[in-house]
Amino acid sequence: MPTVYKEAAMPDRVEIRNIKKAYGSFHALDDVSLDIAPGEFLTLLGPSGSGKTTLLNVLAGFVRPDSGSITIDGAEFLLLPPHKRNLGMVFQNYALFPHMNVRRNVGYPLRPRGVSGADLDRRVEEALGLVQMAHLADRGVNALSGGQRQRVALARAIVFEPSILLMDEPLSALDKKLREHMQLELKRLHDRLGTTTVYVTHDQREALTLSDRIAVVNGGKIVQLGTPDEIYDRPKNKFVADFIGETRFLPVETNASGALLYGRPLRTRDDWKSSDKPWLVIRPERLRWKGDETETANRIEAEATDVIYQGDSYLITVRMPDGIELDLRRGPDLGGRDLPERGQPIQLWLDREHTILVADKS
Amino acid sequence: MTMVLNHTGIADADHNADALKRQGSRERRALASLTLPGAILIFLVLILPIGWLFWLSFFGASGEPTLENYTRVLKPIYVRTFISTFEVAGLVTLICVLLGYPVAYLLSQLSERTAGLLMIFVVLPFWTSVLVRTYAWLVLLQRTGLVNTWLIDAGLISTPLPLVHNMLGTVIGMVHVMLPFLILPLYASMRAIDPVYMRAAANCGATPSQAFRQVFLPMSLPGLAAGVALVFVLCLGFFVTPALLGGGRVAMWAMQIANNISVYGNWGAASSLGVVLLVVTAIILYVFKRLFRVDSFEGVR
Repeated sequence: MPTVYKEAAMPDRVEIRNIKKAYGSFHALDDVSLDIAPGEFLTLLGPSGSGKTTLLNVLAGFVRPDSGSITIDGAEFLLLPPHKRNLGMVFQNYALFPHMNVRRNVGYPLRPRGVSGADLDRRVEEALGLVQMAHLADRGVNALSGGQRQRVALARAIVFEPSILLMDEPLSALDKKLREHMQLELKRLHDRLGTTTVYVTHDQREALTLSDRIAVVNGGKIVQLGTPDEIYDRPKNKFVADFIGETRFLPVETNASGALLYGRPLRTRDDWKSSDKPWLVIRPERLRWKGDETETANRIEAEATDVIYQGDSYLITVRMPDGIELDLRRGPDLGGRDLPERGQPIQLWLDREHTILVADKS
Repeated sequence: MTMVLNHTGIADADHNADALKRQGSRERRALASLTLPGAILIFLVLILPIGWLFWLSFFGASGEPTLENYTRVLKPIYVRTFISTFEVAGLVTLICVLLGYPVAYLLSQLSERTAGLLMIFVVLPFWTSVLVRTYAWLVLLQRTGLVNTWLIDAGLISTPLPLVHNMLGTVIGMVHVMLPFLILPLYASMRAIDPVYMRAAANCGATPSQAFRQVFLPMSLPGLAAGVALVFVLCLGFFVTPALLGGGRVAMWAMQIANNISVYGNWGAASSLGVVLLVVTAIILYVFKRLFRVDSFEGVR
C-alpha cells in the first residue's frame, strides 16, 4: 500500500456492491462487488467486452446500471449525476477540448468549482508542472504529440484534487517505448499524490507494473482479485492463468497417489482437491534447463522444433509426445552453447513451487 | 541475391530515372484529364455567361459604352432594395438558425437509425419544387386560405389576417425553403462531435447546460457557419418565393434584375445589378471565412 502524502486529504473508501447491467440478454456486469481501499491503485484487467470499461463508466456515471450500490465513505454515490461525482478521469483518446489551449483545458474543471483568477492560474501551473507540461501551457491541443496530450489529460484529471482518479486505457494509443515510460511516470505520480486510482487496461504487463491490486474481469464478473504476484503466481483458473503471461497448458491426470504428467509423477505446490480436470500451467521463464537426471518427478521430455534468436533471448518451441507445443525462453547469456537443435530431444524440470494446477472454471 | 555492378560509376545510381519520371507525369496527365468534362461544362455554363454579363454591364440601353449602369445602382431606390434584400436574408437566416439548431441537435443525439428516419421530414420538402411549395403556402396563407378559415371557424379572429402578399408571407415561405440548407451541414458537423467530449465536460464538473454552451456549441460552430453562409447567400439571390408571396411589397435585388429585363428590356442594367450582387456575395463569404476560421478542429469536419 502506498503512503498517503502531505496535503492530500485522507482518501475515501469505495464500496461497490452487486452492480448489475444487462443489454438485452447480454450481462455486461453480472453482480459485481468490489472494495477499493483508500489510496490504492486498482486495475480492472480483462479482454475487450469483459465489462471492465462498463464498470469504470458506472463509477464515472456515464452508464446507468440496472441495480446495485456504490458508497464512498458510507454515502450512496450511484445516484449522483456525473458532474457532481468529483472524479478525475483520463479518457482513452484523452478527449481534450479542441477549441481550448492546454491551459484552458487544464483549468476547465476548476471553473465549475468556483476557482478563478490567480488561484486558478497557480493550480493549473502546478498540475502542468506535475506532468512536465508547464512549458507548453499556451499550445493548442492539436499541436501536441500523443504523449503530450496524455500528460495534459492527466493534468486536467488531477488539477481539482479529485477523490478518485479513473483511467480508461490511457496509454493504449501510445507506442511501446513511450507507453512503458508513461507507466513509470504514472506509478511515480500515484506514489506522490496517493489518489485512489481505478485503472482499466487489457495489457497484463501494464497491470502488473502499475497496480497495488488487480481485478481480472471476464464475462461481466470479477474472476480474481489480488496483488500482482498473487494473480501471476496463484491464478485461480485457466482463464486467469491464460490471460496473464505467456502461458501454455498441459493436461494432467490424477489418481489416488497424486497428479501425473504423461505418466510421470508431478509434485505440485498445492494438492488437487477438485473433481475437475486439472491443467498444468507452464510459463516459459519458470522451466529449468538443468536438473537431476535421475529424478523423474516434474520432468518434461520433449523435442525441440524451432530455435529462434530474438535479441534479448532465444525463443525455443518444443513439441510434447502428444503434439502439444510449448514456447520456452532462454537468456542469451549462454551464447549459442547448450542450445538444442531442431529435432533434438530436450529435458526440462519444473520446481515444485512453480508447479501450479488450474481447472477450466473455479 | 544478385547485384548489378558495372564500370560506369555514377550513372549506375540513376537506373531508369527518366523512364520513371515519364511514367509519373503520364499518370498525372491521365488523372487530370478526368476533370476535363466538368471543367468544360463549368466554363460553358458559368464562366462564359458571367463574363458576358460583366461585358454587357458596361453598355447602355442603346448599345453605347457607359458606366451609367453602375452609377444608377447608387440611386435611393436601388440602395433601399439592396438594404431590404440584406434585411430579409438576415431575418430568414436568423429564423432558420433558431428553428434549425434544435432540430439538428436532436437528430445528432438520436441513434443513426432514428435520425435517418426523422431526416426524411427534413429532406422531403427539399425534394419538392420550390414553385410548388410556394404556391402551397399561398393556398394556406391567403385571405380565404386554410389558416384564416380555421382561425375564423374557431372563433379566434373575425376578419382574415394579412398573412401573405407581404413581408410575413415572404419570410415564412423563404424559411421553409431554406431550413434544410441549414440543418443538413449543421447535422453533419454535430454528428462528427464525439460524445466523449460531453462526458469529459461532465466529468470536469460542468452541468449539462454548461457542457453544452462551453463544449458542444463551440464545436458545432463550423457546421453552423457553413449552414448560415449557405442560407444567407441563397437568400440574397432568391426570386421565386419573394415574388409570389411578397405581393410586390417586398423588394428583393433579384426582382430588380428581373424587372430590368422583363419591363425595360435593359440587359446592361440587369447585368450590372448581377455583378454587384456577385461581388458583394463574394466579399461576404470571404469575410465570413476569415471571421469563423474554425476549420482546424480535430473530429469536426
